[in-house]
This record gives sequence, structure tokens and C-alpha cells, in this order.
Amino acid sequence: MLHIVNKSPYERNSLDGCLRIAKKGGAILLIEDAVYAATKGNAAEAKLKSAMANLPVYALSADLEARGMHESVIDGVKLVDYAGFVDLVAENPNVQSWL
Amino acid sequence: MEEEMSGTIKKFMFINRKAPYGTVYALEGLEVVLISAAFDQDVSLTFADDGVYQLRKGQHTKGIDVKNFSPTYRALEGYDIEKLYVEKESLDARGLTEDDLLVPVEVLTSAEIGALMDEQDVVISF
Amino acid sequence: MKFAILVNEGPYNHQASDSAYQFAKAAIDKGHRVSRIFFYHDGVNNATRLTEPPQDDRHIVNRWTKLAEEQSVDLVVCVAAALRRGLVEENLAPGFRISGLGQLVEAGIQSDRLVTFGD
Repeated sequence: MLHIVNKSPYERNSLDGCLRIAKKGGAILLIEDAVYAATKGNAAEAKLKSAMANLPVYALSADLEARGMHESVIDGVKLVDYAGFVDLVAENPNVQSWL
Repeated sequence: MEEEMSGTIKKFMFINRKAPYGTVYALEGLEVVLISAAFDQDVSLTFADDGVYQLRKGQHTKGIDVKNFSPTYRALEGYDIEKLYVEKESLDARGLTEDDLLVPVEVLTSAEIGALMDEQDVVISF
Repeated sequence: MKFAILVNEGPYNHQASDSAYQFAKAAIDKGHRVSRIFFYHDGVNNATRLTEPPQDDRHIVNRWTKLAEEQSVDLVVCVAAALRRGLVEENLAPGFRISGLGQLVEAGIQSDRLVTFGD
């Protein structure tokens, strides 16, 4: 299952809910304000790193660039463009948006 | 209103993560759930995070002049929507127990909710 | 693959409409089909023809209309959510149609993936 998160970890608990419930074998995609969670030194960095042991974490490059954060992405987070976003939705059997 | 799809039965899970009244998502989400009953699908509802507050007993909305839609959760059974799951961790974090809820539910752990989500064909989150 | 999309937020206020549009375009560019986009909650405001953004801004409503015309994407606005927010046939932009919530459930049944963009 693909888990899409779009909220900054400072503003909402969407990422926490996702990390608590998402199962091994799935993937997490950070878009919109959730890309701040994919950057070095942010409050969710440790949580995200430990999640990455179980499921891959992707971030939408256009959203990182728009926010000036593309140079400070946590090692191991994979960057995708919108085409890569489409591929992730197609590759995973189902999708959940953590609104 | 709409015609039923013949044949296909998919697993639909509606995930409610928002509190009622502060925003419209809980109410309009419930409207989708009610419509889904007409399509003979395998429907379940999950309540997690602030969504568990939707099921809190004793909601009185006269003072804010907004419709109290909480009795609708008790009517879901009449629509053959009987799978209501509540995440235990979300209840615990809010100091709530099953007794605080206005409708019978199945309390599941995060891991159990995650496993159920994986089995779905369609997940819609409000 | 056949995709359906759910848009739950209004244009210009939230990035959801932009993300949904970029996703739809990328899916079509990759050879997938976007069969239906359903607009719900404040998302119904994506469908008003009265929208007039400044010249140097993207025109979110026209973008949807163009997508409907060129790629025959079915743009459906929820009638109950629309009426609540003052959107009716008279101010509906070309390419959109107003219909019931059943169209969302039907999109979930008939498509391979339903992707939600919202708050």
C-alpha cells in the first residue's frame, strides 16, 4: 500500500498516524508540506529514519524545490517527480492519503 | 439515485481521522458512507486519531446551531454497514474507552488496522 | 491503468487542486487513463466559471476544462456539496457536470486506483 502524507510534521499528526499504522511492504510518499519531514534536522527525522528500515520513503522533488529544501534531504529518502508519483500509485495495490 | 454496479464487489474502507464540527469532513464523509451502502460493496469504517471523537457519546449541538449528526452512526447498521473499527492507540491517547462511544465498535491495535487497510481495494480518507 | 481522482479542497487556498492536476497530467502522459475526477467538500469551488485569477497566475478552472476537453476526463462535482456552497449549473465552468455522491463510489468501483488530494 502506498501511503501519501501531505502535512508538515510540525502542523499535524498525519505522519505519526501513518508511521504507526503503515505496514511493512508498503511505501510512504511525502508531498506538499510533508516534504519538510524529509529534510535534515527536522523534528521527525529520527522517526522517519527508523521507518525507513521497514518501508521505503519517497518525496516529491517539485515540492522540495518549491520550498527551497531540495539540498537538505535526509540520506535514503528517494526523490520522485510527478511521473514517479504515478508509478508509485500504479505499482502499489492500493493507496491511502493521510489527510 | 444511481444504479448499482452489477457484479463487482470491492472492499471499501472509509478512514475518519478528524473531529466533528470543527470542520465539515466528518459530516460529509458520513454522507459518502451512506451512499456507498446503495452499491452493495464490502464497506468498513475506521476511526483513528481525532476521528474517534466522532463517536463520543453525549454530543449536544444546540449551542453552536449545527446539526448533531452523531445519531447517524447508530443507524449505519440499518444500511448493512456493520464493520466499525476504532484504533486502540487513538482512544488511549485521548483518555477514552469503548464505553465512551455511542455505538458498538471493534477496538483494534494500530498493527491490526494496518493489516486491514492493506486488504482493501479502495481507501477513502476524510 | 485506469485512475480516478478525488479533490477535496478549493483552488488557490490549498495545493490539493494543483497536486491533483499535476498527477492527472503525468498519468495521462504515461499512457494511463484518468476516467473521472470527483470534486467534494470545498473542492467543488474548482468548478466555478466566475474564477478570475490575476494574469500572471495559473488559471486552475480553465486548466480543468482543457483537461476535460482534450482528454475526455469526466469532471464531476458533488451536488450536495455544491448547493451548500452556492455552486449551481448557471455558474458551472465548461467540462464539469453536477451529480450525486454515487459517482464517487462508482469511480472507486470502476477504476484501478482512486487517489485523494485534500487537506
